[in-house]
Amino acid sequence: MIIFPSELKKLGILGMNARNIDYIGKCNDRKLYPLVDDKLQTKQLATQHGLKTPEFFGAVEYQGQIKNIEDLLPKKSGFVIKPAQGSGGKGILIIHKRENDIFYKPSGESLTLIDIKRHTSNILSGLYSLCGKDDVAIIEKLIEFDEVFDGFSFEGIPDIRIIIYKGYPVMAMIRLSTSMSDGKANLHQGAVGVGIDILTGKAISAVQYDRPIFHHPDTGKELLKLEVPYWEEILYLACGSYDMTNLGYLGADIVLDKYEGPMLLELNARPGLTIQIANSQGIIHRLSMIDEVSVTHENIQQRIDFSLKNFKNNV
Amino acid sequence: MTSKLQIYLFSFLLIFIAVATMAYKVKYLDFPLFSGEDKSIFNIEAKIKFEGTGENAFISLALNEEQDEMFVYNESASSLNYGYTTAQVDGYKRAEWAKRHIRGTQTIYYSIDVIEDSSYISQKTKKYISSKPLDMNSIMTQATIAIMDDAEINSADDLSMTAKLIEKFAKEEPTQAVGLFKRRYIHSDNDLRNTLVTLLKFKNVQVRRLGVLKLKDGQKNVKLTPMLEIFSKNRWQLFDIHTGKIDRPENLFVWQRGGVSLLDAEGVINSKVSFSISENAISSRRAALLKSSASEISLMDFSLFILPNESQNAFKQLLLIPIGALVVVLLRVLIGVKTSGTFMSVLIAMAFMQTQLIPGLIMFLSVVSLGLIVRSYLSYLNLLLVARISAVLIIVVGIMAVLAVIAFKLGFEDAITITFFPMIILAWTIERMSIVWEEDGAKEVFMQGGGSLIVAVLAYFVMINPIIQFWTFNFPEFLLAVLGVIILVGRYSGYRLSELYRFASMVKKK
Ligand SMILES: Nc1ncnc2c1ncn2[C@@H]1O[C@H](COP(=O)(O)OP(=O)(O)O)[C@@H](O)[C@H]1O
Ligand SMILES: [Mg+2]
Repeated sequence: MIIFPSELKKLGILGMNARNIDYIGKCNDRKLYPLVDDKLQTKQLATQHGLKTPEFFGAVEYQGQIKNIEDLLPKKSGFVIKPAQGSGGKGILIIHKRENDIFYKPSGESLTLIDIKRHTSNILSGLYSLCGKDDVAIIEKLIEFDEVFDGFSFEGIPDIRIIIYKGYPVMAMIRLSTSMSDGKANLHQGAVGVGIDILTGKAISAVQYDRPIFHHPDTGKELLKLEVPYWEEILYLACGSYDMTNLGYLGADIVLDKYEGPMLLELNARPGLTIQIANSQGIIHRLSMIDEVSVTHENIQQRIDFSLKNFKNNV
Repeated sequence: MTSKLQIYLFSFLLIFIAVATMAYKVKYLDFPLFSGEDKSIFNIEAKIKFEGTGENAFISLALNEEQDEMFVYNESASSLNYGYTTAQVDGYKRAEWAKRHIRGTQTIYYSIDVIEDSSYISQKTKKYISSKPLDMNSIMTQATIAIMDDAEINSADDLSMTAKLIEKFAKEEPTQAVGLFKRRYIHSDNDLRNTLVTLLKFKNVQVRRLGVLKLKDGQKNVKLTPMLEIFSKNRWQLFDIHTGKIDRPENLFVWQRGGVSLLDAEGVINSKVSFSISENAISSRRAALLKSSASEISLMDFSLFILPNESQNAFKQLLLIPIGALVVVLLRVLIGVKTSGTFMSVLIAMAFMQTQLIPGLIMFLSVVSLGLIVRSYLSYLNLLLVARISAVLIIVVGIMAVLAVIAFKLGFEDAITITFFPMIILAWTIERMSIVWEEDGAKEVFMQGGGSLIVAVLAYFVMINPIIQFWTFNFPEFLLAVLGVIILVGRYSGYRLSELYRFASMVKKK
């Protein structure tokens, strides 16, 4: 099934080439990329700007530090080891719980300390980073599931992606992990994307592998029942990432911790396009509305108000 | 907007420069646009034979003059032990040989190569040297007057008068006056030509003698064909002495011009000169090269042809890489094919060019899949990345060696070409693929691996295209056009073909 470009255009759907040239190329200054491509930098910057991120246990920079990695790992709680410069969910090791020297992945698979060291070593040697250059491993706290997502996500923590254009929230979706995506909420690995109404935080429609879906493939839960709590706070957090990085076209990934509420997980200077499918609408109309804003909106609240007023979900 | 305009201007400028340079080379340097065109190159060899009498010998041969539309190069004289020079005598070029105390039959050769070239214009200024009219007795003078007056009355100018005159002499039943000339003077074509010249001079026509060779393969021991040329309306017009005016002197090469003698020989007897002509086909590219290097066209000094032959061949390969890159850009930007590693496909395509497609594909697939199997075992060993890649590299070399030996034993000699695969690339491919396999599953491996292979195969087909190969090497400026297109495509912000499928579900709903 193929459709005409003119129809895509009418729907205001943003294509990969236009995203690269007209938005990323124009709004995102190359030299700012490291701020978001390196999760360690993002984390430090966010802390400086008072944006909450998952608790940081430490980073491993040299192979020599690996033998002491145990000192960085929490004794009881779960944790996550990930490459600072990874993308697309590559190289992320999620440890759900720990019993003495046995580490459990969300799938139940058990690992030993040796496995963990090997994984960390792989990260450092650049296996998961772009072009294979040396990398740093970040160890941070495992985000605990908020009950509102019970049944919506399989094993992994859902993350909320919000596109921020020039500081205005434009479009949102929540990504739910599935058995296919192995506890990670990355869409191309098989996670489900659910479009979220910018106004209310309520589900609009859902996709898996770019095709519409209505029930969670593992739990069978009706996806359109989903409603994200703390919505205003999440929008606020997401918009703050613009002021923090100055990147004009940005994807902010936010997770909800059971105890600590919304937290900034990572930022993305090249956010994907599937969010349009999840929302059943193109993003270009909204982007152009922001381009045409005549009055200056000084602070985050004003920008959010503008988006809430104008970006009615029209499905 | 201005930046967009700049991009357009810039890329169209690049494309324009490329096309203009190509057009220039095709039009003025006679480069062929396609490789198939052949040109004829004629080798003309003058053979001078004589017998020595024990005296000092001096031989002098009139040489060809510069001639429009005939490009001459490679002049060479082969004559053992003779002193050899070329000299200008009375404004005509001559080859001169000298030697003391010659005995016995001797042969001297002088040869040139000639390419017909419609765009070649000789640089010599046209000159006319008049020679004295012949002495004739009174009967002959009266006959001359009769013939020439009749010819003059029946013609409008020198050209038509000459034509008329030749016609008179060609008639089966000539007039009385013509018959008189024929009987008295004309015993050979040379005599006929000389008579015609004498008669024309009587009417003050500017006329000169020519000795012409017909460029035709396999001519042996031929003599110069006598012809004449008259000067009228500011140009020289060639006439055949039997058939008259020659409008398009195709395949005619003027060796001797004016009243000069073809061969002067002192101190020897029985001297004679004869010509042999042989034709060879050379590619018109070589012809263009020969011409441009001989006439020192500066553009050519910077071309790849001045490189030694082996490096030319290396460059032939290198110049194709941008074409492969263009294919990758087009497939990724316009179609949206997923590949693993940006230009890995181009390198694989280069390897395919050495191995041929099918053997190459089989080798690539077997090495990568065997490599993946071994790699999956290596992942249990818990190695550092650098060590692991090196291990994979060694295994790749091993697999290649084993495959080559097995295939050779089975009689597939092509298998040796397996060494053309860039090993480092293979090792990295295996490593990346195995990660993708672990992280994203087999489906993604086939997507990316298949995508890369499809791009590689397409790039291969474009790169082995004879026209593309011919252009990139003979017109390296063609790459500017490729660059222009790549820049243009780099600004393409429309949808990719794959997106028409990807977003299809969004339209269906409405
Ligand atoms: N601290 C964490 N706690 C729980 N899950 C996490 C944590 N960090 C990452 N994840 C999971 O891994 C996925 C990818 O992590 P992310 O930091 O976004 O890296 P990437 O750049 O590879 O997408 C997230 O969507 C989430 O599901
Ligand atoms: Mg992410």
